[in-house]
Amino acid sequence: MLLEVAALDAFYGDFQALFGVSLRVAAGEAVAIIGANGAGKSTLLKSIAGLMRARPDAIRFDGVPIGVMPAHAVASRGIALVPEGRRLFASLTVEENLLIGGQLGRPGRWTLQRVYALFPALAERARMPAPSLSGGQQQMVALGRALMSNPRLMLCDELSLGLAPIVVRDIYATLPAILGQGTSLIIVEQDIAQALKAATQVYCLQEGRVALAGAARELTREAIAAAYFGV
Amino acid sequence: MTIWINVIVQGVLVGGLYAMFAAGLSLIFGIMRLVNIAHGDLIVLAAYLALVTAETLGIGPLPALLIVAPLMALVGYALQRLLLNRTLGHDLLPPLLVTFGLSVIIQNGLLELFSADSRRLQAGAIEVATFPLSEGLSIGALPLLSFVVAVAVIGALQLVLYRTALGRAFRATADDPDVAQLMGLDNQHIFALAMALSLAVVAVAGVFLAVRANFDPAIGPARLIFGFEAVIIGGLGSLWGTLAGGVLLGVAQAIGAQLDPGWQMLAGHLMFLLVLAVRPEGLFPRVRA
Repeated sequence: MLLEVAALDAFYGDFQALFGVSLRVAAGEAVAIIGANGAGKSTLLKSIAGLMRARPDAIRFDGVPIGVMPAHAVASRGIALVPEGRRLFASLTVEENLLIGGQLGRPGRWTLQRVYALFPALAERARMPAPSLSGGQQQMVALGRALMSNPRLMLCDELSLGLAPIVVRDIYATLPAILGQGTSLIIVEQDIAQALKAATQVYCLQEGRVALAGAARELTREAIAAAYFGV
Repeated sequence: MTIWINVIVQGVLVGGLYAMFAAGLSLIFGIMRLVNIAHGDLIVLAAYLALVTAETLGIGPLPALLIVAPLMALVGYALQRLLLNRTLGHDLLPPLLVTFGLSVIIQNGLLELFSADSRRLQAGAIEVATFPLSEGLSIGALPLLSFVVAVAVIGALQLVLYRTALGRAFRATADDPDVAQLMGLDNQHIFALAMALSLAVVAVAGVFLAVRANFDPAIGPARLIFGFEAVIIGGLGSLWGTLAGGVLLGVAQAIGAQLDPGWQMLAGHLMFLLVLAVRPEGLFPRVRA
């Protein structure tokens, strides 16, 4: 197993956001996490990425416990997070955003040229300030920035947020190329249809607990609806 | 007429020194939102370090800088890593209080070690060397050197910030420290490197301050104010603006001093207030998206 999350709890002060969440991601696999607002999806990603503390062995990456590892150390082991709302570096150009993603110097297939080949729109705008791009282009920068670290596992938080459906389709169309390079994916998404199409395994979170888990093609709409809304 | 040209030239030259006071301050605030109240006292500390180095080794102030600048950079890295990083957070108050305390400690430590007597760094023949420009107007070699160095320091900072991987890391961390960590940047280390760079600049400023005029342990806070004023006049986030701010402050002080020796500080502060009233964002603010 590339990633094993076992009985993970997460807290914001006194508020508990995750209750014993367990999840597994195999190498080369795409896993979707769905759930309503506030179900704990982003918290789960932040915990994996090291932005929130966990029990040391609640999260194992390639067998190594990373639960208490700081985010920069987690990143250097090969986990990249594409954060919700993209969060590009506003005072950096498009190319600088990509370069900073690659500053760890992890070896691998992804380079500036390959990211530009995957997202040709970015090559033309390399010297522009990141905030001047459209939402879809900004999402491409966020994806490219994560790819530049040649991650073994990429965490994508709400790629579709605030984007037009046609742009969302274009963005999701690039995921197979990323998986094909050997990077595993965890996709957090509110757009359930999109998530089911992109992933092989699906976990549904409800109020901080895993309400449903299974192979994407085996889950019925009824089961998902029940887990999603808790009815 | 010559008198006034002379006054303005002197003001411009001393403005370079003020810009050096300000550059380190502005760098730290820009990257980690830390207002370093001890900045002026660190300048004075660097001046004393240069004094001790120069006297012990029997070398001039400028060669001493080759020792003092790396030493101050080390002090900066350790200070940030061991103390100031712990004060950073969503609240601006803890770093203010801690650096204020640091300011008191440095002043009193220097007082204890060196007494309240005024000291001066002797630079030798260069102190009295001048370049005559015209009848009745000449430029001192030392003020000119200090201005040229100030421009070089600001140009170098600009290069580091906008043309190197380190500068990219500084700007990314300033934009969004959380996401910067996701890129593998250790905020604690980046902040410490920024403080090291800031105090290396402080060392240069301290040495030129100490060669230019007498100094004693108590003059730090006034240097801090000059630095603040230069940053605000120039506009936050713009290094060349900071240079312009320092020059404007220097010219205002020189004109004030020419009118009445007691008006030097007052004229500088009035210029600062004028800019605040007319252009509160400073002369050359960097536009933030």
